[in-house]
Amino acid sequence: MNVQSFNEIHRLRKKNSIKVISILTFLLLGIFLISLNSGAMRLNPVGVWSTIMGEGTFKQETVLFRLRLPRMVIAVLIGAGLAISGAVLQGISKNGLADPGILGINSGASLVVLIMVIAAPSTLFANPFVLPIGALCGSCFSAFLIYVMSYKKGHGLMPTRMLLVGIAVAAALSAVSVILTLRLNPTEFDMVFEFSLGSLYGGNWDYVLALLPWICIIIPFVYYKSHILNILSLNDSTGIALGYSLEKEKIYLLLAALGLAASSVAIGGGIGFVGLMAPHIARKLVGPKHQYMLPVAALLGSLLVLAGDTIARSILSNTELPAGVVVSMLGAPYFLYLLIKSK
Amino acid sequence: MIYRPFVATLVLFGGILAIVAGIAVSIGTGPAGISLWMIWDSILHFDSISEEHQIIQNLRLPRALAGALIGASFAVAGAMMQGMTRNALADTGLLGINAGSGLVVAIVIAFFPKLPFEYLIYFSFLGAGLGVLLIYAIAFFARGALTPLRLVLAGAVVGALIKGATQIISLLSGTTYELAFWSAGGISAVEWFQVKIISPWILVGLFIAILLSPKLTILSLGEEVATGLGQRTRLIKAVSGIAVLLLVGAAVAAVGGVGFVGLIIPHIVRFLVGVDYRLIIPCSAMLGAVLVVFADIGAKLINMPYETPLGSIMAVIGVPFFLYLARKENRQLL
Repeated sequence: MNVQSFNEIHRLRKKNSIKVISILTFLLLGIFLISLNSGAMRLNPVGVWSTIMGEGTFKQETVLFRLRLPRMVIAVLIGAGLAISGAVLQGISKNGLADPGILGINSGASLVVLIMVIAAPSTLFANPFVLPIGALCGSCFSAFLIYVMSYKKGHGLMPTRMLLVGIAVAAALSAVSVILTLRLNPTEFDMVFEFSLGSLYGGNWDYVLALLPWICIIIPFVYYKSHILNILSLNDSTGIALGYSLEKEKIYLLLAALGLAASSVAIGGGIGFVGLMAPHIARKLVGPKHQYMLPVAALLGSLLVLAGDTIARSILSNTELPAGVVVSMLGAPYFLYLLIKSK
Repeated sequence: MIYRPFVATLVLFGGILAIVAGIAVSIGTGPAGISLWMIWDSILHFDSISEEHQIIQNLRLPRALAGALIGASFAVAGAMMQGMTRNALADTGLLGINAGSGLVVAIVIAFFPKLPFEYLIYFSFLGAGLGVLLIYAIAFFARGALTPLRLVLAGAVVGALIKGATQIISLLSGTTYELAFWSAGGISAVEWFQVKIISPWILVGLFIAILLSPKLTILSLGEEVATGLGQRTRLIKAVSGIAVLLLVGAAVAAVGGVGFVGLIIPHIVRFLVGVDYRLIIPCSAMLGAVLVVFADIGAKLINMPYETPLGSIMAVIGVPFFLYLARKENRQLL
């Protein structure tokens, strides 16, 4: 391929990704508006508008600003966080089936959150800022186990082994969680159960504040490392030839992925498969280059979680369905489809 | 080819002794202390007024027997899956078959809580059958060979999907707390009538497995070899699938999903007696029974007076074993 046509492809990809990003942004805005209007208390668009303009009743204001909006903002942030985390993990492991949930990182974070709830039930609602740090310890613990067990001397991180080890670590950690869960009384149990399913119910502005720094610092960092991700997802020898210390970069990126997944799990509970689906669809839309793929994946992740939560809120009038379950119901078949299609 | 009938005989006799000892210990352990003499007495001269005799006959004995039965079931089902798929990591728990059975049972428990157990078990078979079919379907549609890694991944995701569905059901019916206990896998609530209902199915399943065992040995050498030797591989796989769903369906209906028994036991048995399924199947049944009876004693003791779910205990024991296998057989796994 000559240089001119290479540049041509590059230009087209850039143009295409700008188009995709703007379409997705409009879609996200659309779902945001639908989400604003749906839920247990029906608010019609006029009511929403007048409330935003400051002319709503007290009840309308409470529902909109104190309950619904923070929850939606959390959904958008978590979606982006999980999607970028998944994209990084897929790049590092060179395996398109990697996802923080499948790798057992979610279960590490959930376990620590569960322990915190058992030790001091009030922390869960009293102080959301402590939770991401606890969850981070948990996910670092499971990631450390996975890293050590899938490391082979002279070969570095073994990508396929990582998935198997991840499944095993997830199984063990959730077994421990079950043992602990059964000691709870029914009320505590319901609280933990909803949390572990990825329920955004009960999120408030404090949770948004707790989540925001993680997302705002780590996502730009990952974006800045796009070129490394491009190299990592191809093969290691190119990167070494270009003079990068890849094992070190891998660890930085792994830590970034952990931070994103852990803070998301701490606030929103275990929402699986977003980290798997969003990067895949993004790659299909704009190609494998991370400079374009990452923003598209983040937007898609936000779309998925926000849509999942909106469906979860409106599908049943009496019970709140956790967003995580809705997303899994979409995500698991997609995963099986990818598994069957891959060679 | 390694074939050790003498070792197998030893395993079977040792297994019988271990099970009898295990059942005796199991009857003796629990919140109410019971002496060996009391157990003996309750068998010879059952006295319906004695509280100890009632506990032994109505709670402890069925529980211990159920443990032995389901241990044998899960171990043999795992051995058959490993032989059929030639997959070292095959286990009905890891492949999502236990979960399939659990989902259908959960739906029935949630919406028809008064359905008698003898009907519930058919739904459990139905769920196990769906799980088996799904695994076959994935293997059938997969592009290229389905390596152990990909089969296990598929199983993990099918498991996640089914778990999500089960959770929706339990939320809808408001039975999250009850279902969590049930699906964690525990023998504590098993009673005589359940043992009576599951045992014929499990015996039929074990019988089919023993009948099929020579064919399984040939099938485990590879599909081409088996076809070359004139075996009707599809028929054998279909019948094995039926045996697996009988074993798993009955076991899950009684105690919920207990994983890893079917992973650990066949490997230990192969190590002891060699690669012939005529020896592997009966020895797996025996050692599976021993493992679960003793693990259940652990479930009673670890966190007294709380019951620790058997499924969790097996996962804690099973995961290191799984990791060991995953590392050892890594080359074949890719």
